[in-house]
Amino acid sequence: MIMNPMSQISRRIFLLLTLLTASVAQAQLSIEITGAGANRIPVVIADFPGEPTVSRIVTATVRADLERSGLFRMVDPAGALLDENAVIDHADWKGRGADALVAGSLARSPDGRLEARFRLYDTQRGVALGGAVYVTNNTQLRAAGHRIADFVYEKLTGERGVFSTRIAYVLKSGGRYLLQIADADGQGAATALTSTEPIISPAWSPDGSKLAYVSFEKKKPMVYVHSLASGQRQIVANFRGSNSAPAWSPDGRRLAVVLSKDGNSQLYAVNADGSGVQRLAQSSGIDTEPRFAPDGNSIYFTSDRGGSPQIYRIDIGGGAAQRVSFEGNYNVSPRPSPDGKSLAFITRREGRFQLAVMDLASRQVQILTDSHKDESPSFAPNSRMILIATEVGGRGILSAVSSDGRIKQRLTVTAGDVREPAWGPFLQ
Amino acid sequence: MKKLLIPALLSALLAACSSAPIDENAGAPVEGRSGNTAVAPVVAGDLDASGLPRTLTDPASPLSKRSIFFDLDSYEVRGEYQDVVANHAKFLVANRGFKVLLQGNTDERGSREYNLSLGQKRADAVKRSLVLLGAQDAQIESVSLGEEKPRADGHDDASWSQNRRADILYRAADGRGEF
Repeated sequence: MIMNPMSQISRRIFLLLTLLTASVAQAQLSIEITGAGANRIPVVIADFPGEPTVSRIVTATVRADLERSGLFRMVDPAGALLDENAVIDHADWKGRGADALVAGSLARSPDGRLEARFRLYDTQRGVALGGAVYVTNNTQLRAAGHRIADFVYEKLTGERGVFSTRIAYVLKSGGRYLLQIADADGQGAATALTSTEPIISPAWSPDGSKLAYVSFEKKKPMVYVHSLASGQRQIVANFRGSNSAPAWSPDGRRLAVVLSKDGNSQLYAVNADGSGVQRLAQSSGIDTEPRFAPDGNSIYFTSDRGGSPQIYRIDIGGGAAQRVSFEGNYNVSPRPSPDGKSLAFITRREGRFQLAVMDLASRQVQILTDSHKDESPSFAPNSRMILIATEVGGRGILSAVSSDGRIKQRLTVTAGDVREPAWGPFLQ
Repeated sequence: MKKLLIPALLSALLAACSSAPIDENAGAPVEGRSGNTAVAPVVAGDLDASGLPRTLTDPASPLSKRSIFFDLDSYEVRGEYQDVVANHAKFLVANRGFKVLLQGNTDERGSREYNLSLGQKRADAVKRSLVLLGAQDAQIESVSLGEEKPRADGHDDASWSQNRRADILYRAADGRGEF
């Protein structure tokens, strides 16, 4: 049986937290690509010599990752079996329409581990662009494939790849709420928490080891921090009233939260262990959905202080809030991109809730979807894709949209409603 | 038979203990701004399964009305619910040991976190009304469930109006109750 590392972690979490295994195993996300970039780079991933079943898993993962990104087009290797030291006939591959080629091998070491070696070539210029060795094992073959895909993606696009990252989301199925963690391609879903009460607003710690979220398991919303590997949970905000909307500071030491303990929903910061509560802003209305800017010096949030919900920004050091969104009377859920250049948010236009992105330098707003119930945007750590919850045919699904709106993917689960996605950080 | 009787006797005893109005704030001045604090103490010799006096849960009792519905984008307690709020305020004034949890709710449209804040506004509005009528701040916690716990699952105006709501949950001084 082939498993990836998340499955192993999930087993442990299962034992600690839940007795429900059978139904969860069926709750795999499946991905459908509904749009792709205009100029995709043609790449051939040769078959790797080595144990065929093992090699096939790695190469299939690399191909699927690159294809799904919308930036690459797979050229058929036509059965070519090429290891990393094979002599490459660049002109031939160029003639077959491939601009780049990956060759590699999988070799088993005496201790049973596998070494995935590969080299990437530019067939146009007839040169090697680099290569690497990833030591893996039977349970982490797909992880090795994701790392090779990340390498290829970065060499050919100049940006870091996100194939090795993970996503979190909430699956509502049969009256239960499952907080799930999956690979960025939706595979290997593991359940971190099962509850009969709602779970919302999962947020990854910057190092990817923990999730903060809001759980209603005690008849009211409270903020928890959950260590994924151990399954340990800690309540970090349980004040009188509602506790919600956790957002990590970039250094992972503080959380911005929304508390109603002093009246309306207002912004506070707490340490990651729940101590040291401190007010961040003051208004007579609602302030919620805080998100740190990537430099940690300011916070974007939603406020109705001007009469309708709009996006504002405040400096951590204090000072007046600046209004950021102006078009329309309902702009919520601000998410600054990790590169600091843009802001994703949800805007209501003619009764439809749609994903929009603002270029922070020019303040230009572009609406990226034509759906009616988009929610909870979340940037990939390389800022290129935005994951959202949306609805198709009355069912909650996830959708990933490139920040230029051209590339679209749909992630669905047959067993229930998927919502509240959060894209995790780069693998450390 | 005996085994069956003992728990029954115990619960009857417990009922007797918790039935008298409990004044945790003996000696503290009682606010009476409503001018109508003369409420007959509830004799709760008769507890329901959750350990609350039946006057709170019996469908024939006005106190069994626990929901206040709101207009779209509104956080004001409508006139038709003033009696509901007043009845609960009277109960809380007469039974200082009892606590309530007010859960605000919204319809499904819009951001979940923003809706959580809107539901909080609804619960806070009911709390303000109860306090104005003499209930004590310490007796009431207002929280929000946002759009997460709809009463009606439909995606139409009829369902949405059912879901724009604040619910009142009770807990007796002995800790038993609905939350």
